[in-house]
Amino acid sequence: MRFETVIGLEVHVQLNTKSKIFCSCPTSFAEHQNTNTCPVCLALPGALPVLNLEAVKKAMLFGNAVNATVNQKSIFNRKSYFYPDSPMAYQISQFDIPIVEHGELFVDLEDGSSKRIGITRAHLEADAGKNIHDGSISKVDLNRAGTPLLEIVSEPEMRSSEEAVAYLRKLHSIVRYLDISDANMQEGSFRCDVNVSIRPEGQEEFGTRVEIKNINSFRFVAAAIAYEVARQTEAYEDGIYESEVYQETRLWDVAKNATKSMRGKEDSADYRYFPDPDLRPVLVSEEMMEEAKHIPELPDAKVARYIQELGIKKDDALVITALKEMAYYFEEMLKSNINPKSAVTWLTSELLGRLNKAGLDITASPVDAATIATLISKIESDAVSGKGAKDVLDYMMENDERNIDTIIDKLGLAQVSDDGAILAIIEAVLNDNQDKVNEYKSGKDKLFGFFVGETMKRSKGSANPAKVNALLKEKLS
Amino acid sequence: MITLKVALTKTKEELAEIKSELENLAKASDLNAYIGFENSGEGVPILIKDNIQVNGWSVTSGSKILQGYIAPYDATVITKLKSSGMMAFGRSNMDEFAMGSTTESSFYGITKNPYDISRVPGGSSGGAAAAVGGGIAIAALGSDTGGSIRQPAAYCGCVGMKPTYGRVSRYGLAAYASSLDQIGPITQNVEDAAILYDIIKGHDPRDSTSADIEDSKTVINENRKLTIAVIDNYISEASSDIQKAYSDTIKALQDAGHTIVHKNMQNTKYDIATYYILATAEAATNLARFDGVRYGRRAEASNVSDLYYNTRSEGFGDEVKRRILLGNFVLSSGYYDAYYLKAQRVRHLIRDEFNTIFNEADLILSPVAPSVAPKIGAVHDPLEMYKSDMYTIAINLAGLPALSLPVAKDSDGMPIGLQLIAKAFDEQTLFDGAASMEKAVKYTK
Repeated sequence: MRFETVIGLEVHVQLNTKSKIFCSCPTSFAEHQNTNTCPVCLALPGALPVLNLEAVKKAMLFGNAVNATVNQKSIFNRKSYFYPDSPMAYQISQFDIPIVEHGELFVDLEDGSSKRIGITRAHLEADAGKNIHDGSISKVDLNRAGTPLLEIVSEPEMRSSEEAVAYLRKLHSIVRYLDISDANMQEGSFRCDVNVSIRPEGQEEFGTRVEIKNINSFRFVAAAIAYEVARQTEAYEDGIYESEVYQETRLWDVAKNATKSMRGKEDSADYRYFPDPDLRPVLVSEEMMEEAKHIPELPDAKVARYIQELGIKKDDALVITALKEMAYYFEEMLKSNINPKSAVTWLTSELLGRLNKAGLDITASPVDAATIATLISKIESDAVSGKGAKDVLDYMMENDERNIDTIIDKLGLAQVSDDGAILAIIEAVLNDNQDKVNEYKSGKDKLFGFFVGETMKRSKGSANPAKVNALLKEKLS
Repeated sequence: MITLKVALTKTKEELAEIKSELENLAKASDLNAYIGFENSGEGVPILIKDNIQVNGWSVTSGSKILQGYIAPYDATVITKLKSSGMMAFGRSNMDEFAMGSTTESSFYGITKNPYDISRVPGGSSGGAAAAVGGGIAIAALGSDTGGSIRQPAAYCGCVGMKPTYGRVSRYGLAAYASSLDQIGPITQNVEDAAILYDIIKGHDPRDSTSADIEDSKTVINENRKLTIAVIDNYISEASSDIQKAYSDTIKALQDAGHTIVHKNMQNTKYDIATYYILATAEAATNLARFDGVRYGRRAEASNVSDLYYNTRSEGFGDEVKRRILLGNFVLSSGYYDAYYLKAQRVRHLIRDEFNTIFNEADLILSPVAPSVAPKIGAVHDPLEMYKSDMYTIAINLAGLPALSLPVAKDSDGMPIGLQLIAKAFDEQTLFDGAASMEKAVKYTK
């Protein structure tokens, strides 16, 4: 029997507001535990939450970026559960009416196709603190408690781990373009829960969904899905699907490369949601609704524009737009009016190759976009050869000098394109090698390369090779 | 005891003397109205219910679970007192987490009624009302979720006022039921109530439910002629003494030139059911934070679930546990629609019913409680106690302002209070009517 995998994703994105969602404590890193706290996020008696509108604005930007409905009225609910990192013993979260509903995004698959994945909803909520276990002692740090989260819930429309990872990459890139989150998986500002089920191919009804929580890399997402699909398929084939696969929460165990059950069947949680009486319904003004429509150009739009307006290949456009910083770097380069295709080559192969070797990412590049664009324009004006330009870039990776002309001079890479100067060298070469000239003329064509090499050598590599070729052809004909 | 109005004319030195005199009186008293003698700020001493946060004070909501907790901040009302020539002086006893109508459920023991120490002072702000009624406080701040200011004020022969929901900041009031709680004054007369109300009211950006609307200083005009509605079908459930005081008061109001209109309202049993569903649902979550993890009294335990279980089992009293259980039940999946959602709908109907009456009347006159203060220990059955809130809780459900004032005494000399209810945010009319009624009924202590 063949099975179909059904995947839905819940992603918790920490919004990069300056203060927490329900109090004015900073969200920034604190050196000591429990210092970014106040009566509200410590849940002291009498303290009351007040909604941070910046978090609402960021959620609305996201809604517009994924073609969703942004609800002008939304509601915060209390979601009750006891856990030491949850100071009120309820989380303030949107349940009845989320701020964002009915969105979509398009994922790019390896075969070059694109697939629409529905976004059911995205709602605002407060993050929990952290429990720290230290031998027999457990400690609670509430610095993170109250950090705004946007929980983005997809439709169960992904059918493979490839699609799931592509969805996550796209989502990651969108929130980064919108500048609503740092979206750092390792640091926990982009956290992912995966819902996986299988069903026999052709069956319409969904199988039993298992949730895998808090996976902190795209690679582990793929591995966890693969493991879970194998586990569920095996259970089905062994006739124990009903008893083995039930609605539960599992965790990805990195060490064992397996998912494991987090809590038993019998403890299915009843969160007892109801509207939080401390917060009135969120009513967004017309002005804010309008403001949230101003979103920066997103990766899909950039890819389309790069292909259409700049004549760039789709694969290159996807590479450049995968990272916001890369796209911005690229667009910064183009401001110097260089050929977009040269910009692509120099960015994606020359610069990225060198950065990878140095273990740096684009944001830490020692050479900025304007400088590398100047270098490219020097190639275009024949002031330096392509090969010479690579030497210039190598030099800049190691040194602080950024004046391209100075470096070209310093390295002796100035390219001679002046016909007279090149002709003088050619004539000298031909005079000194009269015998070879005769051999060439009697049919030994291969010697042409020798004349080119000799000319270049005598120019110390500074002659423009195209010019050398052309002038030699003329002289020897 | 001197009134708040008079106290506000005293010098710093005189006030210091008044404060120490008050402290001596309170310490000598056998009412158990005060559970602490902390003081903060300077000026006219105001007694503070034990659920209002005062920076540096032990503030415990009358509960064992908050023993050891020191509040690190001032409630907004305390900040306002301190900047208005007043100080916070003393903590008043209360039913644990304001859940009760007798002040018998306090961790600090029962408070006694100043008119008869074999009787309860009412609740939950029983300590505050007993102290003001018993002459050992100039004025006090209480909180009213279902009558917790008005009912003890009525039992103890003083004035208790619940502002419109949203009029006074709840920031710093340990929450019982967030959509119903309001802080308000308990005073010796109507004028003092208006003075204290004026000081504590106003929009507070720290409380999202506080109303951001203009409001001017209250200037009482006791000569305004008002239309006052009486709810005829309400009164039959009250004792004969209350019924008599009620009809006498109606007569006095007519004699003072007010117009009386007769109305009926739906049965109060819907109010009680609605209140005990919504209030307990909110309370169950509001009290979930008392888990022994961060502050207050922590029970011995070797793992986290025992920590919760033991801390809450040992720290909460029976009535609090009963309401937490009830609240969690009505919010449970499968029951939510039948209880919580239905109660919300009924709440809207109750509000609409009041608004309909206010189309024709400026104020409503109603009993505060169906009887005078009961004997200590007389109320055994929780449902019996809940029923005694029948006249007060609808006002909280509708979010309206109301003021209770003494109008007469029964044959045992126990005070009887009646309440006036006004439109939302029309405290001005409430005080005008109350001042006129206070004069008309000629109540003597």
